Amino acid sequence: MPFPGLFNYWIVVILMMIGLYIVIAHGNLVKKIIGINVFQVSVFLLYITIGKVAGGSAPILDQGIEVYSNPLPHVLILTAIVVSVATTALGLALVVRIRNAFQTIEEDEIDQQEKTG
Amino acid sequence: MVVTALMLSRIRDLFAAAILCGIYSLLGATAYVVMDAVDVAFTEAAVGAGLSTVLMLGTLALTTDKEIITPREKRLPAILIVLFTGGVLFYGTSDMPHYGDPVAPVHNYVAPRYILKSDNEIGIPNVVTSVLASYRGYDTLGEVFVILTAAVGVISIIGRREGKAKTNKINRMSG
Repeated sequence: MPFPGLFNYWIVVILMMIGLYIVIAHGNLVKKIIGINVFQVSVFLLYITIGKVAGGSAPILDQGIEVYSNPLPHVLILTAIVVSVATTALGLALVVRIRNAFQTIEEDEIDQQEKTG
Repeated sequence: MVVTALMLSRIRDLFAAAILCGIYSLLGATAYVVMDAVDVAFTEAAVGAGLSTVLMLGTLALTTDKEIITPREKRLPAILIVLFTGGVLFYGTSDMPHYGDPVAPVHNYVAPRYILKSDNEIGIPNVVTSVLASYRGYDTLGEVFVILTAAVGVISIIGRREGKAKTNKINRMSG
């Protein structure tokens, strides 16, 4: 192994924290959804990392292959990817609707309008 | 991937951010191929990199593609929270099984059964497919319901606006 065995988890944590930072620190609603996307992909990466077996091949049965990677995390993540797109679509639809109601997609400006309006 | 994610957090132009998000997903898909998850890579490349980007661009077309700069006082607590959570998670990774470890707990329960028996029981060479459609069929059914709910949600959120605009027009015309 060319790098320490926990390297993948570190990358996952870094990506996850970048996603979390985007969600917390940015006021723009589209940017928040992008942040959620970054976060989600990092979780997918975590699961796929767990499913990997050293020396294994993709879990498609064939003669002459002895070691397969674990198919279960792959299945779970397939479901998760589709669900993530569904949530993204719903979130973006809400953003469009908010923009129609408030003429802006910045959180602070919406807050101001709520207070004054 | 880390670089793309960092760029995503810095960039102000939302159009570029949407494209970067697609690149990020595509890099993720490459990583999945390296880790033997070909089915997941397919889905991520098609859905994550393709569909999500299209959805985002569509939203940007309907809204605006510029972002105002985040005020500095808002950033500091965010950075603190993120550093703290990240530190805790880093500490947590020290207990994880190493990458590619064949005796990790995940590989001990149902996974060997799927690999050994699914050929006899289901007859599809791709284990991921047989697990998805048969052993965990209810999960997939639930997933379909999620998509349906999301579609209904999107239609009722955006569709209603057009309906209202139409009725407004009709009202104005009749009034």
